[in-house]
Amino acid sequence: MDELLAARLQMAISLGWHIVFACIGMTMPILMAYSEWKWLRTKEQVYIDLAKAWSKGVAIFFAVGAVSGTVLSFELGLLFPVFMEHAGPIFGMPFSWEGTAFFVEAIALGVFLYGWDRLNKWVHWLSGVVVGVSGVLSGIFVVSANAWMNSPSGFTWENGKASNIDPVAAMFNDAWFTQALHMTLAAFVATAFAVAGVHAFLLLKNKQNEFHKTAVRIALAFGAVAAFLQPISGDISAKDIAERQPAKLAALEALYHTSQPADLVIGGIPNDQEERVDYAIHVPGFLSFLAHGDFDAEVIGLDQFPKDERPPVLITHIAFQIMVGIGFLLAFAGFLYLVFSARWKHMLSKTWWLWFIACLTPLGFIAVEAGWTVTEVGRQPWIIHGIMKTKDAVSPMPGLQYSLYMISVVYLLLTLIIIGLMRRQIATIETYYPSARNKTE
Amino acid sequence: MLQIIIIILGVSFILYTLLGGADFGAGIVETFAGKKGEKIVSKAIAPVWEANHVWLILAIVILFTGFPLVYSTISVALHIPLMVILIGIVLRGSSFTFRHYDVANDKSHAYYTIFFKASSFITPIFLGITLGAMMLGDISLENTGSFYQQYIRPWYNLFCLTMGFFSASLFGYIAAVFLIGEAGYLIEQKRYIRISKIFLFLTISMGVLVFVVAELQQHHLFNEFFQSGISLVSFGLVVLLTPVVYYLFSHPNTVYLRAAISVQVTLIMLGWFAIQFPILVYERNGNHLTFYNTQAPTATLHQLLLALFVGLLLVIPAFYFLFKVFKDNKGQNVNH
Repeated sequence: MDELLAARLQMAISLGWHIVFACIGMTMPILMAYSEWKWLRTKEQVYIDLAKAWSKGVAIFFAVGAVSGTVLSFELGLLFPVFMEHAGPIFGMPFSWEGTAFFVEAIALGVFLYGWDRLNKWVHWLSGVVVGVSGVLSGIFVVSANAWMNSPSGFTWENGKASNIDPVAAMFNDAWFTQALHMTLAAFVATAFAVAGVHAFLLLKNKQNEFHKTAVRIALAFGAVAAFLQPISGDISAKDIAERQPAKLAALEALYHTSQPADLVIGGIPNDQEERVDYAIHVPGFLSFLAHGDFDAEVIGLDQFPKDERPPVLITHIAFQIMVGIGFLLAFAGFLYLVFSARWKHMLSKTWWLWFIACLTPLGFIAVEAGWTVTEVGRQPWIIHGIMKTKDAVSPMPGLQYSLYMISVVYLLLTLIIIGLMRRQIATIETYYPSARNKTE
Repeated sequence: MLQIIIIILGVSFILYTLLGGADFGAGIVETFAGKKGEKIVSKAIAPVWEANHVWLILAIVILFTGFPLVYSTISVALHIPLMVILIGIVLRGSSFTFRHYDVANDKSHAYYTIFFKASSFITPIFLGITLGAMMLGDISLENTGSFYQQYIRPWYNLFCLTMGFFSASLFGYIAAVFLIGEAGYLIEQKRYIRISKIFLFLTISMGVLVFVVAELQQHHLFNEFFQSGISLVSFGLVVLLTPVVYYLFSHPNTVYLRAAISVQVTLIMLGWFAIQFPILVYERNGNHLTFYNTQAPTATLHQLLLALFVGLLLVIPAFYFLFKVFKDNKGQNVNH
């Protein structure tokens, strides 16, 4: 296997795996803290049961997230040492802040998970809030470091060396806000819909179950709001990319030729040889509108870039279609829920609705993976946009594919174990939590 | 400014050895700790191991931000042992958590335990191997040698292996002593005291062996050691503390024991830092990487220091709170 491909695949697998745990680690503490807060206010058993049941799942996901995050901090150097040698001093700052945020998160989580009986109830609740806030912050810091790779700033590049380094300017690069917003919302959408989906599925077996019903209600409320906001954030991102990374926009839209106006291409299969998209739906002028807010604006196509500076179109385009498609589906689900649950009290007793929500379970995470594919593959061939190519950054050590095989096997094994573990956790809910046995309504 | 960052790097390294080392060591010691071992180990490290582990991440971030060439050099030359460490960290953390949280007590429990113990043992060995390779001076990025010369020989040798076993026995020693205070019953305490003595003996033997093997490999650790005042004083104090620790084994007091061993470990690390300073990686061609010739530009170090300062301001009280909540309510005097 090609060394560069092996290194990229290993990074993709490690990051794609870690991101699931990171999303859960950002979102679940907030859901738990919300549920515990409801319990503190109402003293209804179901809320404390939920907070406790969720916290057991979170403990597992957080631990795996912590160790797989450590892997990433090493792998950046193991796979792309040249990149880290130059980039470390420039974009290290968000990582140092992330370290702090993660430290606080890990400590607060220890307090939260093991402190149920040892702490004042409100102090315990507060520790949950701290976990959530520091989790979201550490996510934002990491995304800011990634944003720097898309929008490098805070240095001067001369003769293959960086000078005039300004770490603050690097951290607050042009892309950090749009990317951080999009990722944070994505974490909430993916996790909340997955949680709602699992509980909806369990609710189908027993529609009177207060435990699962409350879980779906809380998760859907968070998920619906985030999913509803996500298209807006996506629009901001699109306009931002149109300006900063026109090649990425052209690749994800499979726009081979610069056009004025440019059609929005939905679906289809990009054909690199013929430079066209087969079987696609065209919406006239709509890409011009999405990218520049004007139906007649010119949108730069891939023809403006030399062949060796174009991102792979097929993967980027398809990943983008998946992300946007799921994004709109979840936003629609969230919209339905927000509108109807208020006036229609028995929405969570409707079989069709519960099936619908249950079917959505994995979709948010698929969208997250697709979105990362868009941002990472869409930046190729660059590792630092416009500055350093990925092939020039890769480790000189031959045989990188063996690292890839090893990490793939380990992660596959752990994935299978975690799935089994979660099934067993779910199977014991009724044994441990009184409200899950409660069938009165 | 550079000095303060170096001090923080050193401190996080010492804390990782003490806290992370105790967590790894707990997995090693569990093998010898009988039926109750698992319960005591789980109870002791479950709330704290993730936080303890962050000291390693902190050290890595300081390295790649502040001393990028050091980070990229060891990433290339020591790819293989570092990869083993990573797999070890993942398997250990995961299997510990799975074992702790899995609801059923069936065959899978035994598998988690095997993975937990094995990775607790292998990871410290490779941590020691990596450090040994950084000291030994066979690392080279000039792409002139064979794969074996470039990527294997720098760490695959007797000295590095001895360093690996030294680390594992040191971690086991730290864990065994820490666990004396975690064991509830007198019979369990006695067991851990016995294990502590064994690991103390092992650590001393491995420590001596490190020097012997170093001489055999023409790496004159012994000379360097005797040329550094700090190393000599540290070493002297470690030796003087050993009978104190031994005395405390027969009159166990959690606080004194833990303090004594923490001081011992800190002194070992200090002595080692003194030999190494300011070199981080010895290279085959003699162009060693030091703090000075690899430091990042001033603006970066400035921001790094700021982040570290604010970070420690938040983390140290939080850590204190964590340990107070989970480690304070045990009997101070274990003889009851």
